[in-house]
Amino acid sequence: MLAYLIRRLLVLVPVWLGIITLTFLMRALVPGDPVESMFFGKGGDPKVIQSIRVEMGLDRPLHEQYFKYIVDVSRGDLGKSISTRRPVIDEIGDRYLKTIILAFSSLAVAVVVGIFLGVIAAIFKDTVIDTAMTVLALIGLSMPAFWLGLLFINLFAVQLRWISIVGPPDFPHLILPSLTLGFIYAAVLMRLVRSSLLEVLSQDYIRTAKSKGLAIRQVLTRHALKNALIPVVTILGLQFGALLGGAFVVENVFVWPGVGQLIVKAISQRDFPVIQGIVLLVSTTYVLVNLLVDVLYHQLDPRITARKGAS
Amino acid sequence: MPENTKETTTPVAAGSLEPVTLEVGAQNTALEQKTRPFHGLRDFTRRMYRNGSARVGFVLLIVVVGAAILAPVIAPYDPDLTNSPERLQPPSMQHFFGTDALGRDMFSRVLFGAQLTLQIGVIALSIAAFFGIAIGLVTGYYGGFIDGLFMRLIDLLLAFPGILLALMIVSTLGPNLTNAMIAVGISSIPGFARLVRGSVLTIRELEYVTAARAIGVSAPRILWKTVLPNAMAPIIVLATLLFPDAVLVAASLSFIGLGAQPPSPEWGALLVDGRLYIQSASWLITFPGLAIFITIMGSNLVGNALRDVLDPHLRGR
Repeated sequence: MLAYLIRRLLVLVPVWLGIITLTFLMRALVPGDPVESMFFGKGGDPKVIQSIRVEMGLDRPLHEQYFKYIVDVSRGDLGKSISTRRPVIDEIGDRYLKTIILAFSSLAVAVVVGIFLGVIAAIFKDTVIDTAMTVLALIGLSMPAFWLGLLFINLFAVQLRWISIVGPPDFPHLILPSLTLGFIYAAVLMRLVRSSLLEVLSQDYIRTAKSKGLAIRQVLTRHALKNALIPVVTILGLQFGALLGGAFVVENVFVWPGVGQLIVKAISQRDFPVIQGIVLLVSTTYVLVNLLVDVLYHQLDPRITARKGAS
Repeated sequence: MPENTKETTTPVAAGSLEPVTLEVGAQNTALEQKTRPFHGLRDFTRRMYRNGSARVGFVLLIVVVGAAILAPVIAPYDPDLTNSPERLQPPSMQHFFGTDALGRDMFSRVLFGAQLTLQIGVIALSIAAFFGIAIGLVTGYYGGFIDGLFMRLIDLLLAFPGILLALMIVSTLGPNLTNAMIAVGISSIPGFARLVRGSVLTIRELEYVTAARAIGVSAPRILWKTVLPNAMAPIIVLATLLFPDAVLVAASLSFIGLGAQPPSPEWGALLVDGRLYIQSASWLITFPGLAIFITIMGSNLVGNALRDVLDPHLRGR
């Protein structure tokens, strides 16, 4: 297991170098001068522009800038924000944690709702309930997160006045964004749980469990669900990227102070060090989560370990 | 005729061609139809028509496409015409979808927004398909160094969550509608490239490709005339499944202010305006959102049906 983990971590090194390279190229490929573009062609003070260029190292040849960028990033130095002059790491600061909190709470909603409805749909296969669940999933898959968010605000904050939207980033203000994002990803999970569970339910060991007289609930919880959830875990990892992307948009609907809000501000201000910092952090998280899911998958599915042992 | 060939091979399939014998093997025919590839345009159309969700999807898409084409004819007002005395009017017979804060007719704006949305979807997909297919064909057919290089690059692009890649491209090119289309297009290239490469890897080993090579046909001609037509089915399916994604990402970019900019009637941009008046004029968020929802749902339904009919192997991808 440890050897596998080390091998996987080593594979991550070139991936991470690739991510850094693309992130670097993002700024290097900007048409024109990135500092001048920040002034939107209005022409800032040439002295100020020159001092920012020197500070950012833009006066040096591209390959030097590239190697310096790799070294800096490896040391955890993401540069300074052009607009606020503060270190990028401080700008991102706990905003990143806020995004992660939103992503994980949405994931929790998605897992609970998705598995519950998926199991219901599988149990009542080919009935009205199953059809209703399919329609519900289709609605969830076709619903833009930002629109669902606005509908929730209209219903719960404007019409029913149950919750206020403006306020500190605490638990009550996390509820609506998590429900918005969670419901949409629940639709993806629900269809997957349904098909995976139906496949498992047709296996021989389920027939054995039934024929030895186990109640349907026991067959489901002890035998079927455990195995049906293995492929779901993989998809959860892949979906986590989409979930982070969704969080970026939902943050802008609910004024949740995460990196999604920050990147939008940074892009409109052409503040490249901040954009690069966020891109690096988010993609690194995504790659690491996928690694974690792979490891978890190995732990959950004894067949993989058995196959490896046999070969 | 491929249908005649089928008739002589299996009696059940033959039954599906004859209305009289259809009832006898109705169930088997349904099963058969789900698993075997379609034969001929008639068979394809019939299977699509029999698919209930495809019918609903087509109706929804026809509404959207019809709205886009007929917008200049059926829109009761100029979408950009401001009319202060009629600002923030709720839906009525004069203004079906109400009016916005500048008194512009929302129905007309949503209709013209359909043109923009379809344009975004088609242009973004064309960019993705053009580059994705080219990369997939070349890497799959030639293999070797070029394959290794492009596939690592594609893997790298996949290390970024979809919308983040689009955000990176928008931040490099600058936030506007054209760049949003390019960004959505580029971020969909990896999907096409991998799919086409996979198909080409199988097709290039088939006898008819070997035969073409043996009689001296040039590689580009083999790719264009022999390999590509045979890889078309999954490409069409993927394009249909990626269309709603493209519409969604582009609308999301506009909604967060990095795509179409106001006063554009693009649906995502309309929602930006609408959210400011969410307390007093909820119709401003209802109709543009509903329009996006209908477009995505219609293309999802048609995409799923196409996948089942054209390429059942793709199911679950």
